[in-house]
Amino acid sequence: MISADLNTILPELLLSVYAMLALLGAVYTGKDKLAPALVWLTAAVMAILALWIGTAGSGTTAAFHGMFIDDAFSRFAKVVILVAAACVLVMGLGFMQKTKMLKFEYPVLVALSTVGMMVMVSSGDLMTLYMGLELMSLALYVVASLRRDSEMSTEAGLKYFVLGALSSGMLLYGASLTYGFAGTTLFSGIINAASEGHLSLGLLIGLVLMISGFSFKVSAVPFHMWTPDVYQGAPTPVTAFFATAPKVAAMALFARVMHDAFGGAVADWSQVVALIAVLSMFLGSIAAIGQTNIKRLMAYSSIAHMGYALIGLAAGTEAGVQAMLIYMVIYVTMNVGTFAFIMSMSKDGQPVTDIRALGMYSKREPGRALAMLVLLFSLAGVPPLLGFFAKLGVWQAAIAQDMVWLVVASAIASAIGAFYYLRIVFYMYFGEDREDALDAGGSPILWGFLAVSAFVMVAGVVNLFGIEGAAAAAAATLVN
Amino acid sequence: MANLLSIVTFLPALAALILALFLRGGDAAADRNAKWLAMIATSATFVISLFILFQFDPANTGFQMVEEGSWIMGLKYKMGVDGISVLFVMLTTFMMPLTILASWGVKTRVKEYMIAFLLLETLMLGVFMALDLVLFYLFFEAGLIPMFLIIGIWGGKERIYASFKFFLYTFLGSVLMLVAIVAMYADAGTLDIPTLLTHEFSTAGFSVLGIHIVGGLQTMLWLAFFASFAVKMPMWPVHTWLPDAHVQAPTAGSVVLAAILLKMGGYGFLRFSLPMFPVGSEVLAPLVFWMSAIAIVYTSLVALVQEDMKKLIAYSSVAHMGYVTLGIFSANQQGVDGAIFQMISHGFVSGALFLCVGVIYDRMHTREIDAYGGLVNRMPAYALIFMFFTMANVGLPGTSGFIGEFLTMMGIFQVNTWVAAVAATGVILSAAYALWLYRRVVFGDLIKESLKTIQDMNTRERWTFAPLVVMTLWLGVYPAAALDIIGPSVEALVNHYDTAVAAADLGGSTVAEANH
Repeated sequence: MISADLNTILPELLLSVYAMLALLGAVYTGKDKLAPALVWLTAAVMAILALWIGTAGSGTTAAFHGMFIDDAFSRFAKVVILVAAACVLVMGLGFMQKTKMLKFEYPVLVALSTVGMMVMVSSGDLMTLYMGLELMSLALYVVASLRRDSEMSTEAGLKYFVLGALSSGMLLYGASLTYGFAGTTLFSGIINAASEGHLSLGLLIGLVLMISGFSFKVSAVPFHMWTPDVYQGAPTPVTAFFATAPKVAAMALFARVMHDAFGGAVADWSQVVALIAVLSMFLGSIAAIGQTNIKRLMAYSSIAHMGYALIGLAAGTEAGVQAMLIYMVIYVTMNVGTFAFIMSMSKDGQPVTDIRALGMYSKREPGRALAMLVLLFSLAGVPPLLGFFAKLGVWQAAIAQDMVWLVVASAIASAIGAFYYLRIVFYMYFGEDREDALDAGGSPILWGFLAVSAFVMVAGVVNLFGIEGAAAAAAATLVN
Repeated sequence: MANLLSIVTFLPALAALILALFLRGGDAAADRNAKWLAMIATSATFVISLFILFQFDPANTGFQMVEEGSWIMGLKYKMGVDGISVLFVMLTTFMMPLTILASWGVKTRVKEYMIAFLLLETLMLGVFMALDLVLFYLFFEAGLIPMFLIIGIWGGKERIYASFKFFLYTFLGSVLMLVAIVAMYADAGTLDIPTLLTHEFSTAGFSVLGIHIVGGLQTMLWLAFFASFAVKMPMWPVHTWLPDAHVQAPTAGSVVLAAILLKMGGYGFLRFSLPMFPVGSEVLAPLVFWMSAIAIVYTSLVALVQEDMKKLIAYSSVAHMGYVTLGIFSANQQGVDGAIFQMISHGFVSGALFLCVGVIYDRMHTREIDAYGGLVNRMPAYALIFMFFTMANVGLPGTSGFIGEFLTMMGIFQVNTWVAAVAATGVILSAAYALWLYRRVVFGDLIKESLKTIQDMNTRERWTFAPLVVMTLWLGVYPAAALDIIGPSVEALVNHYDTAVAAADLGGSTVAEANH
């Protein structure tokens, strides 16, 4: 029995054991000198695990009496999380070395937070949920303040920690209420207590508090306040990590709890989620207009994008979850490319984050500017790039549920949001030619990620690289 | 060839891809290769597209050469042409080699320039062939990206303002259309255009904020599409982006904008507004009529006082598009025939006029009318060509401009005499501004020092104009060449429209009564 359970959580076990061994090994041997090798090794381990989970897993298995669920949905999310984390690790290596921030703890912490995310998306119980969430968050708090001698970075870490603790508190309170009124912490038990129309007041409050906690993690309005500061303050590779894997994990967990535990009361949470989505889209689109710091801008952009992804969840259907998953994959791909570009922005070896520094960038680096142009238009949701299809998918799901107002609102928000992406294009292509141009060159790894990401945005239009089917299977196991 | 339409559509994009991937370096040789590749690709596209015309059977009013395939997210890749769209496809493939030829003198970022135009061609062709609503939207919207860059990078002094205005105006219009598309999908359960053409959207009136909406859903959908197409067309009062965009765009950009991009609005009205929302069209036709009539008179008057040649021609384009909208919404055979004919003809004529401006702009680097005068002394060939297209623009019988204007006026006269009378004054005004422009630029004594050494058109420029002259004359003398192709499809469209309007019951009153 126990061996079967352990078998189910083998990927998580392996990654945890690896992280601990790496930590011990590095402490007793070369410490920071080993860091670059450790980054590559961690990324390789993650990639192998992703490959293994993606190809070997099948069916649905519940371990530890249903506390841990391994199904198509969790596997889909895990593969995305692992690949995203591995990409960001490799991408950030050069940047971390250049700015002398590369500590051997960095890859280890990223690996540990990834374990947390994997537990989150597989959770079948409020306890596992909380364990995974905290494991992820605690590691993230530390990496946010990795640059100890920088005020911005420590401030970011502290802010993230304090607000994160608050959200954990809300989540825990919600979970305890849910436990009190449902009599169990297992999702499979809660769903029986929370069938349509019979959601007791206590369960309802528990549900709303838990949604608040998740909204914090996905940085949806009104729990988004930490996002711009943390994105700006944290070292860029860490920001890139924040913008990708944890968002996928939190979104998947959100969907998991809503459908697995409260799937019988869709009407009760769908309106709440829809409202959060609308607020996020508008705030993200409007607040970014005045930003000139590209990391802050991407923070608002991610707030807006989470709003669009939440539309899929708000639809409360299988098609909605599928659209949301596809949205997240496309979002992560766009962000990996965009952050690869941001990491390459430097002047005299110092990182630059001001978009005005991009004046006439296209003249000096036509290829890279073009790749970035594709990504920006995709982020704005202009067809025929993949970003448009991401939006179209969630819209289709919402329309099928007669949520026309939600779609209209998001269409308007996307038109507003187009402006600030266009502004970056403006600087790159028509802006003033600047004396203090950005450094030429840059690591081929970054350009590789940028190019691949842009290529995916264009070529993915043909068949989405087949993720549609995988997402459909994942959504089917979750909703039914 | 089974995939003829796809081949024609994506051939330019393929050339753009080859340019982007394989052409290296920024020296003169690379620039020359970029130009030649673009020229060969657009010419080949034109030659292949001739097969579309040969295979096309005018008697068949349905969609022909249809290609269909499944695509992502439950969407379909479906292409096809009918009598309404086939000539727009031909217009696009015909004009593109000429615009490439006209941009032979581009010096900055030649490779990117050619890529932008090649991509634009693919997207424009896609708009006219798409038979799936989302596919249509995709092409329609994506065309903004290259055009935004063309104006922004290769434009004149105020290019930033013009490019942003162009993008945001059209993007805002399109977003409303997208919402309508989603609503249509919710109502009809399909995005297939041929199916939607026979789908009857509800016409039951309802109230929004206390205002009774005659025609109900159809009217609302019509308005949403109208927002997008009216901006694209452009119709008064949302035409203000056009003069800015035209003035700032490089010559070839203006040509594409005037000759093809503006036609997307008219094509949209014919493909969606009229057949899919006939009752909505009927209810709101008076609005369109008066907007068009105002556009014709107002923009003609504005054109009279312009000091910039391109701006003058841009305003004249708005006026000519006014005839097109009049023709379309008169919804009878002559009107719609005339509207399509006028669009095709305007494609040749306005494209040629912008090229004419480009010829002297390349020499003098100014578009101020005052900077010229007496060009006929040094540039006789140019004076002749410019005269010909000025006359075509005015609508001289024997040129294609006359047929289009005459047919649309005939169409609108049957529906609304007053509007026809107002529109007719536009004909006089157009003669006034066009001839006056010609007089100021070409005639008179050659007194300006700077003009005394100006050279007449070179061979490349002459060859650019030759096909346009031939087409304008041929269609002017033998309009049946085009009308025979569009006629049967238009007839089917008009019959469908009449049946739908007659059948509609707007709460006891007929559409005609509801209008009064």
